[in-house]
This record gives sequence, structure tokens and C-alpha cells, in this order.
Amino acid sequence: MTNRIIFNLIQVLVVMAFSPLIMGILNRLKENIQSKRGPSIFQPYRDIRKLFHKDEVISEQSSWIFRATPYLVFVTPIFVALLIPVLTSYPLFFAFMGDMLGGGFILALGGFFATLAAVDTANPYGPMGASRTRMVGFLAEPVFMIVFFTVSFVAGSTIPYIVQKHWVTPLANFFEPSHVLVMIAFLMLIIAEGGRIPVDNPSGHFELAMIDESKGLEYSGKAAALMKWGGAMKFFVLLCIFLNVLVTPWGLAQGETLAEILLAVPLVLLKIFFFVLVLVVIESSFAKLRLFRITEFLGAAFVTSVAAMIIRLLEI
Amino acid sequence: MSDPHIIFSVLITLNALAGGLFLLTAFATVAMRQVLAVLNLFILQSIFLASSAFLLGCQHASVHLFAVAGITLITKSMLIPFLLRRTLNQEVYVRREISQILNIPTSLLIVVALAIFAYFLSCPLLSIADEPFVKSNLPIGMAGILLGAYVVVVRREAVPQVIGILSMENGAFFAGVAIASDLPLIAELAAAFDVLIIAFVMGLLTRKIYQRVGTTAVGQMASLKEE
Repeated sequence: MTNRIIFNLIQVLVVMAFSPLIMGILNRLKENIQSKRGPSIFQPYRDIRKLFHKDEVISEQSSWIFRATPYLVFVTPIFVALLIPVLTSYPLFFAFMGDMLGGGFILALGGFFATLAAVDTANPYGPMGASRTRMVGFLAEPVFMIVFFTVSFVAGSTIPYIVQKHWVTPLANFFEPSHVLVMIAFLMLIIAEGGRIPVDNPSGHFELAMIDESKGLEYSGKAAALMKWGGAMKFFVLLCIFLNVLVTPWGLAQGETLAEILLAVPLVLLKIFFFVLVLVVIESSFAKLRLFRITEFLGAAFVTSVAAMIIRLLEI
Repeated sequence: MSDPHIIFSVLITLNALAGGLFLLTAFATVAMRQVLAVLNLFILQSIFLASSAFLLGCQHASVHLFAVAGITLITKSMLIPFLLRRTLNQEVYVRREISQILNIPTSLLIVVALAIFAYFLSCPLLSIADEPFVKSNLPIGMAGILLGAYVVVVRREAVPQVIGILSMENGAFFAGVAIASDLPLIAELAAAFDVLIIAFVMGLLTRKIYQRVGTTAVGQMASLKEE
């Protein structure tokens, strides 16, 4: 029992420690592919450390929501990290506290407060980004729900640990059409939720074109560091759900010894690294969509997930 | 792995996967804006059709299904795109905005409804045939026919309409290889040749339209009648 609690906490520490690294690798590779040298892969750590040492400025007009939001954004991915398989293939102590739907709600809570905080300061760019994020969000929501329904219907459970076992227990399950279609739909969902390129440009500096970034413009100092770190962790957690539950449920620790858990860390990071390579190729070969084309992108994701569901429900 | 049961189930899964991707390309044909992308999707769809025929051939151990797969691969994924590319000039293919009667999100929703409708249409037929390949191929082929018809109705551009007709044919074929897997080879050959001729004739027709009017947006030509 204590073992499992400790492993659960190790899982959270891994998410906290390595999420900026993944962001750094992603940014570096994106610059490399444009034949530039790019920043060091440890740059996000340096940014976060520098921001923690800086002074914080908070508008007098803002309410408690503005002050509480960085903590919420920082804490919600940690809660989700308790629920999902990051390192182990067997359920840990907190795994039954909530299912995938619960995880989705917790992540959505952080996003909700980030939106409120963006409106709170009455900075002209904040509410614009907030309303755009909501637009992407409410279009992404049905996709998420249908992917979730399909996955839990196929596996007969909503707990991610059980779902993950289902795909490989005969290997033929992996090639089921519903599984492949759900993977495609979820990939499009990650691109939309993570603010990656066909939907949003994360490295853009032009406020009028921002979707996700403009919500954090008002933050400075420690709060900015927490927002940045929380965003990185949210991305890491989404990647963990995608890779460990849907795409590659291999390479996770099977046994209950500390050595096996520690061995799983580099394997998981390797998986994420390969996925980041794919993501970089996607980001570099597409142009950012115009704002009202995002409906088409997420509509396509929706249709893909619905196709997965029909094939599953009406055929086999 | 020599157990025939396991191989059989793997074949079924792979065939279902080919079917799922076939359906996905049919959806994507509705969603795409560029003419060139629609053509590429048609090539992809034909490849999935051929792979489904190939898997069926593995299951029935029949040489002529392999031949069908080969014919499909050669005519539909090489010759027809080649013909369509040759008869029309490059300007038609690089244009981005294809005009449609309905906008794309609405079309996608309608298309999903059509796919579900295809499943319900084929439900009573499925109870007669209890072969697993028919179970996956018949509804998907039917959905392919409906989606191709939808593309023909909604698009205002000549080349996507041609591809809509061709993908209707693809859908019919997709269902056909599973239902009548012992159709004589001569019929398949005749069908393949027919499709080739259809593509050629329609390509030439589009070329003439393009030469006369300077555009391939055939949807705008309704007013010509009134003159």
C-alpha cells in the first residue's frame, strides 16, 4: 500500500520535472527543422527559474480569480497525473479516485479559470483570446466525449489502466478500425487542445492572432512561471494519456520494484520524444488555419470519432 | 502462428481496418477544399479497396481476387489519376477554394448521418449473410456509394464531381468483392475498363468545358440555359 502511494508521488514528480524538458525539445526541434540552431533544450527551466526570481505586478482592478488562477492551472495537471498511467501498467493508489472523464473535467477546470482570469483584468487582448479558446474548446468537447465513449465502450471500463490493457491483450485488437480511428481523432484533439500549429501558433508574438497565449499576457513573476509550468504539465499529461493509453501501451513498469519504475522513466520519455518528432513534422508542414476554418478541422475530428463509434457499434 | 483460426481473425481485423480507412477517405473527400487533395484521396481510397480485395483473396485462397486487387491498383490508383491529370491543365488542380452548395461543417454532419443510414440500410441484408467479411464490407461500401453521390450533388467543380462518381463506383466495388467473390474475371475486367473509359470521357468533357468557358466551376452554368 505505501509502495503504491510512493510510486504515485514519483509519477507526479516525473510529470513536474520533465514537462519543461519536453517543451524545450519541441521548440529546439522546430527551429532545427527550419535550419536554425534554436534555443537550448533546457531553456524552459531557465525561463521558469528566472521568472520565479522576478517581481510580480498585479492590477488593482483585478479580483481574487486573477490571483488564484496560476495555482489552479499549476495544480490541476498534478491531480490528473495521479489518475492516469504515466509509469506503471497496473493501477496505483489514487487510480480509482476518478476515471478518464474525471481527468477531463479536472483539466477543463484549469482551462476555465484561465479563461476567467483573462477576462478579469480587462486587458483588450485577454478576453479575445479567452473567447477564442472557448470556441475551440466547445468544438473539441464533443470529439472528446465521443472518443471517450467509444474507448470505454470497447474496453468495458472508464479507468485508463484497464482501457490500456485491452488494446494489446490479443495484439489483433490494436489494429481494430475503431482503435485506429480513435487514435487519429485524439491526435487532432491534442493538436487543438495543446494549441499546436494547424489550430494555433504557440510561438507567435502577434497578439491579434493569438488563441492560447494571450490569456497569460497579464501575468508576471511567480504567477507567470506557474502558468508556464502548468501549461507544460498539461501538455505532458495529454501526451501521456494519448501514448500510454491509446497508442503505445508498452514499456510501462510491470513489477512493483523501484528499479522497474525508474527504468520506465526513460522509456516513457523516449516514446514522448518520438511523438514529438511526429508533432514537429506536422507543425512544420502545415500552415496555421484561419480562425473560422478551425470549425472544419474539429468537424473532421468529430466525424472521425463518430466513424469509429459507428463501426464499433453497428458492425462487430 | 500456423493456427488457421488466429490467421483468420487477423485477416478479419485487417479487412475491417481497410474498411474503416476507406470510410475515412470518403469522409475526407467531402471535407477537402483543394482539387488535388481530392484526387490524392481517391488514389488512397483505391489502395484501401485493393488491399481489402487482397485480404479477401487470402481468405478464400482464390487467385482471381488477387487479380482484381491488381487491376484495381493499376487502373484506379495509377491510370485514372494520370488520365485526369493529363487531360486538364495544372491550374485546375492548384486552386484552393472549391465552391460548394453547403459549407463544410454542415456537409460533414450530413455525411455522418448518411453513413449511419447506410448501416441501417444494410442491416436486414446482413442477417442473411453471416460471413464476417460481408458484415464489414457491405455497409461501408454502401456508405461509400452514398458519400460519392453526395459529393456529386454538392460540389460545383467538375473534377471533384468526376471523382465523386468514381468513388461511388469504388463503394460498389468494395461491397461487391465481399458479396460476389466468385464473379468471373471477365466481368471485373470489363468493369475496370468501363471505369477507365468513363474517366477518360469525363476528363475530355471537362477539358472542352474549360476551353470554352475558361473555368471548371460547372455549378455556375445553370444560367446558360435561359439565353
